[in-house]
Amino acid sequence: MAQARAHSGLLTMWTYIARNILQRIVTLLIVSIVAHSVIHLAPGEPSQVDPSNPRMKPSDIENIRAAFHLDDPLHLQYAYWIRDLFTGELKSFKDNQPVLPKIWQRFLNSLPLLICATLIIWSLSFPTGIHAAIRRGSVYDRSTTFTAYALISIPGFFLSYIMILWVVDTFNVPVIGMKTFGMEDADLAFRSMDRLWHLVIPSLMSAIGGIAVLSRYVRSQMLEVVGQDYIRTARAKGLSEDTVIYRHALQNALLPFVTMFGFLLPALIGGSVIFEQIFAWPGLGRLGYEAILARDFPVILTINFIAAVLTLAGTLVSDLLYAVVDPRIRLQ
Amino acid sequence: MTTLSGQQSAISSQLETIAELPPHETQLQEFWRILKKDRLAIFGMIVLGVLLALAIVAKVTTEWVVIFDPSTVRLPDKFLPPMSGASADLIPTEDRPVFGVYLFGTDELGRDVFARMLQGSFVSLSIGFIAVGISVSIGILLGGLSGYYGRIKLGFITVDTLIMRFTDVMLCFPTFFLILTVVALLPPSIYNIMIVIGVTSWMGTARFVRAEFLSLREQDFVVAAQALGLPEYRIIFRHMVPNAMAPVLVSATIGVASAILTESGLSFLGFGVQPPFATWGNILSDGKGFIFDAPWLFFIPGFAILIVVLAFNLFGEGLREALNPKLRRR
Repeated sequence: MAQARAHSGLLTMWTYIARNILQRIVTLLIVSIVAHSVIHLAPGEPSQVDPSNPRMKPSDIENIRAAFHLDDPLHLQYAYWIRDLFTGELKSFKDNQPVLPKIWQRFLNSLPLLICATLIIWSLSFPTGIHAAIRRGSVYDRSTTFTAYALISIPGFFLSYIMILWVVDTFNVPVIGMKTFGMEDADLAFRSMDRLWHLVIPSLMSAIGGIAVLSRYVRSQMLEVVGQDYIRTARAKGLSEDTVIYRHALQNALLPFVTMFGFLLPALIGGSVIFEQIFAWPGLGRLGYEAILARDFPVILTINFIAAVLTLAGTLVSDLLYAVVDPRIRLQ
Repeated sequence: MTTLSGQQSAISSQLETIAELPPHETQLQEFWRILKKDRLAIFGMIVLGVLLALAIVAKVTTEWVVIFDPSTVRLPDKFLPPMSGASADLIPTEDRPVFGVYLFGTDELGRDVFARMLQGSFVSLSIGFIAVGISVSIGILLGGLSGYYGRIKLGFITVDTLIMRFTDVMLCFPTFFLILTVVALLPPSIYNIMIVIGVTSWMGTARFVRAEFLSLREQDFVVAAQALGLPEYRIIFRHMVPNAMAPVLVSATIGVASAILTESGLSFLGFGVQPPFATWGNILSDGKGFIFDAPWLFFIPGFAILIVVLAFNLFGEGLREALNPKLRRR
């Protein structure tokens, strides 16, 4: 009996997952269609990027348009794009290089930045937020609140420029690119230290907004939990304050943050354009920016597509994690 | 007979105790009492009040009755630091700034930075307000439709599913990248920027409004209004929308702040508002090239944006506390 129930539970779990995945695939399809139409319907064509070039003859433009299927109807162009994307033959308009390896390489460049920034965000905002919640209304709480708002409110590139000026003057830390030019022959230890130093400031700067937002969120979540009845019960039992806060309150306050793991990857693309531009970091955001400048439609569309895939996968993972961690919302 | 008079006296004594209670405060009074305690929010409100007044004054004095002229080029006076006077012998009288002093200095063309900041205050604020106006309208419309008419079937799916799936689709786009793409592909225009920011940021509002509508729809006063046979538009706009406005107001306030930041980010990448409009974003982004020679060109707009966006955020957060009864009791 119990076994049968467990079995049917497992079955509903799988149908739940399957239904979710199916829904997300439909969403993805619509996203790609919307993105494709937006980009192709907007004025400005790849063949018009360089109209003043005297070497561009009308016949060349026609050749370009034919090669990229730009004269076909929109739905055919969409079909070509999807076909090329999945067969891996999608070529960039700009330099005729395959798009996927290009994106993959830039993605690998962005990855250390993302990992570092995430580590900084999570390791700083939790202690700050918890501390602020425990001492609600204290000077510490009010000053971190104000600082957090100030950090959210400052334009990212303004703060980065000030930071660059200060850091380069005081610590002599490199701030441009991923590595020092001309260090290729140096010792492995030197090269990795060089890489690390280049990583510090960009990841710190791209983490700042995240720290401010997440620490506020941790604080409010903590406050929510501290007001619950079971915390009062735990205190009434005579448990020490540390046990109450760190075992009973924190564990429950952490629940929603499990879901945030799902949103780490998509953050890579949206937020990084400006910071990669400031620090001349050859990452994914910058590739997207360059592609936009060059009207390189396949690259723009593919980055957008990948971002959508990552977002959808992220929400799926966070939904499932939430169901695993919180038995109350386990699928009926 | 005696019991009746006893009841009467009991009722009248109850009435007296009710009369002795302090008068019930209206929602607005209660809201104001709570907001008043939040010093940061009050600071934000004052800054915003001053800024709004300033923006209107700026519109009047830079465009209609030109006192501060943001576009006069005075090449002999370029890169003057703040508070320096105009060179009296080189600048013709009609081109001189007010009182002959450049309050915030001059830029690389000798334009008065104070006048440009004034002009920019109006443009930046109107970008924020119009973008948020667009996003709030779309959000209320779609969220309201989905919350009130959600159960109606259109063929094989309900209205609710349709709208919420569309919201999910919009949430899948990396917002800043999408804004950047569209702004870069469209011809540069201030209206395009407002529209694009508005069209890409309504999803949160739609979700709030839908959730509020779903719970409001079941409440007694809405059921009563339906039983009275009120027309649907009246139920929606007179009874439901005002009750769903609290979270919308909060997210709109914070939305203005983020629209101003988005505009400055676009300016930094070169896709912001184009000349002749000055916005704080493009003054800041032009100023970054002169950070060593003329630091005021960089720091004045930067701190102006910081203060204003901070004021919006603090005020929005104060609103959230004051409007949310659940948070209040803690």
